[in-house]
Amino acid sequence: MLSIKNLHAAIGDKEILKGINIEVKAGEVHAIMGPNGSGKSTLSAVIAGNENYEVTDGEVILDGEDLADLAPEERAHKGVFLSFQYPVEIPGVSVTNFMKTAINETRKANGQEEMTANEMLKVIREKSELLEIDRKFLSRSLNEGFSGGEKKRNEIFQMAMLEPKLAILDETDSGLDIDALRIVANGVNKLKSDKNAIIVITHYQRLLDYIVPDFVHVLYNGRIVKSGGKELAYELEEKGYDWIKAEN
Amino acid sequence: MDLKEKLVSSFMAFEERVDVHSDLHDIRTNALKNFENKGFPTKKEEAWKYTSLNAILKNDFTVFPKQENAIEFNQVKKYFLHEIDTYKLVFIDGVFSSHLSSTTHDGIDVCLMSSALTKPKYKMVIDTYFNQIASKDDSLTSLNTAFAIEGAFINIPKKKVADKPIEIMYFSTGNEAALMVQPRNLVIVGENSHVQIIERHQSLNENPVLTNSVTEIFAQKRAIVDYYKIQNDNNEANLIDNTYVSQQQESHASVHTFSFGGNLTRNNLNFYHFGERLTSTLNGISILNEKQHVDHYTLVNHATPNCESFQDYKGIFSDRSTGVFNGKVLVEKEAQKTNAFQKSNNILLSDKATINAKPQLEIFADDVKCSHGCTVGQLDETAMFYMQSRGIPKKEAKALLMYAFSNAVIESIKIPELKQRITKIIAMKLGVNLGFDL
Repeated sequence: MLSIKNLHAAIGDKEILKGINIEVKAGEVHAIMGPNGSGKSTLSAVIAGNENYEVTDGEVILDGEDLADLAPEERAHKGVFLSFQYPVEIPGVSVTNFMKTAINETRKANGQEEMTANEMLKVIREKSELLEIDRKFLSRSLNEGFSGGEKKRNEIFQMAMLEPKLAILDETDSGLDIDALRIVANGVNKLKSDKNAIIVITHYQRLLDYIVPDFVHVLYNGRIVKSGGKELAYELEEKGYDWIKAEN
Repeated sequence: MDLKEKLVSSFMAFEERVDVHSDLHDIRTNALKNFENKGFPTKKEEAWKYTSLNAILKNDFTVFPKQENAIEFNQVKKYFLHEIDTYKLVFIDGVFSSHLSSTTHDGIDVCLMSSALTKPKYKMVIDTYFNQIASKDDSLTSLNTAFAIEGAFINIPKKKVADKPIEIMYFSTGNEAALMVQPRNLVIVGENSHVQIIERHQSLNENPVLTNSVTEIFAQKRAIVDYYKIQNDNNEANLIDNTYVSQQQESHASVHTFSFGGNLTRNNLNFYHFGERLTSTLNGISILNEKQHVDHYTLVNHATPNCESFQDYKGIFSDRSTGVFNGKVLVEKEAQKTNAFQKSNNILLSDKATINAKPQLEIFADDVKCSHGCTVGQLDETAMFYMQSRGIPKKEAKALLMYAFSNAVIESIKIPELKQRITKIIAMKLGVNLGFDL
């Protein structure tokens, strides 16, 4: 589904990604781990099309299509979703209205009819139950005054609404207490299918107890320095990132 | 003949239409003298540093329209808040249109300035309030006073709540090649009374218009006045709005100014305090493009203790549009325990757009809380990326962000239908349809 080949990316003159290769197939969960500053968030931003980063070499291919020239919204319309580490507050725009706009713009781009109000309500009800979200929450301004946990849960709610092909969860576990973590992870697990794929970006192994990866990649200094199965995450937790740093 | 000479010489013709043997006429004559001495303001004056009237004054404005012009309601329905019932005071090229208006004398007076100025039963009210708070020094206010003859007269006696909002509409038909109008409004809100007013100036074609308007508002003890100005005129329309608000103790007066259009708009908004524990609110949203210009010149004069004032102005400027915010808060020595807050937040969407923001705090009391904050920025790129990553295209994402930016002021609109209307105008101005009413 997703194939990242020799990806190099820079911000200004500073090269951050220095040749990344990853293959993700439908139905798989990949975890990308690494110490702070290794390029994890850059990788997720580049896949989602953040224009602050310049792709200097290599390619990101989704279902055979090179994403290079596509704006972030066009990537979203093709099924890429990025859950933000720090979701943005939008006062005056309710969660529901934001979702209506996002869904209908996506449908428009894909030549589909807009979703009717009734349909929308039904889907919202279904997905909010999945994430144990109080309906009152949905009429609040997007992310405004939300706690860290509420923001993250809201990100996964949006993921559930948009049903992406490829979901990238950037540090979704940061700022979550154990209960919120469980709810968020349960939500993600219920959304998992053999038709979509998930990339989990995290500093700690903790989240991977709940969202179990098929593959773990260790990112250090802009390169994937180690790949393996889920046991690699435990090894990292045990030995710490100094182990990786010492080897590289 | 330039416009000043034309105005001064037309005063004689004007005198044939009014009672020259009245106190009122003395006021007019003195005002004309002041205007004659001072003339139109120029950029040399500090208060007009960023706004030039020169280009506008070159038009050959008709001062008194030659004929009465009629319009059908359907032509102009969209400018009214037609979703709800309102009192309406409608003027066409400066002349009252009884056909489009809906006035009342039932418990409250919502009627014409021309009748209030001439009918004996209003004499006492006029003597007490007319030109009492308006500046006698400002040349444009004086010019308006000299020719004051028509406009809205609203008198709410004590303990009355106006049962519906009042819309004051000034239409220009464009039947004159260039027209100057000078509406004069007087609003008196008695003790414990409450009124909501919406004022709009709208020209119906592209001929140049210059409106020099003066509004005096008197809020008596514990009165609540909410005044909304919608400025969304076309690119040949110019508006100088001079509004003076006089407040007695525990009154709440708010003026919202929505500047979405017009070639040049100057808002001189002045609040004067005459009692304790009162609140003044001055809110504004300006969203301009092309070469539109808006200048907000505000004054809050805290002269009494324990009063509060809040100013919140949001500006979004694109293309070559320009904005000015000059907000003066004067806290006199007696005005202890004043709370005065002022905010002017601006976004520039183009390299050629400009905002000049100048807060002025003059504080002579020592136990006060005053603050001001002016910001100028661009759209938050992270927020843009966030929305785009959810499939919302750039243009719509921009619109949502600008809406979010103006939200605090939109939320302070107390008439739900007006709030909807303003959000609709904003969406139109931003060229988006978001699939929901913002």
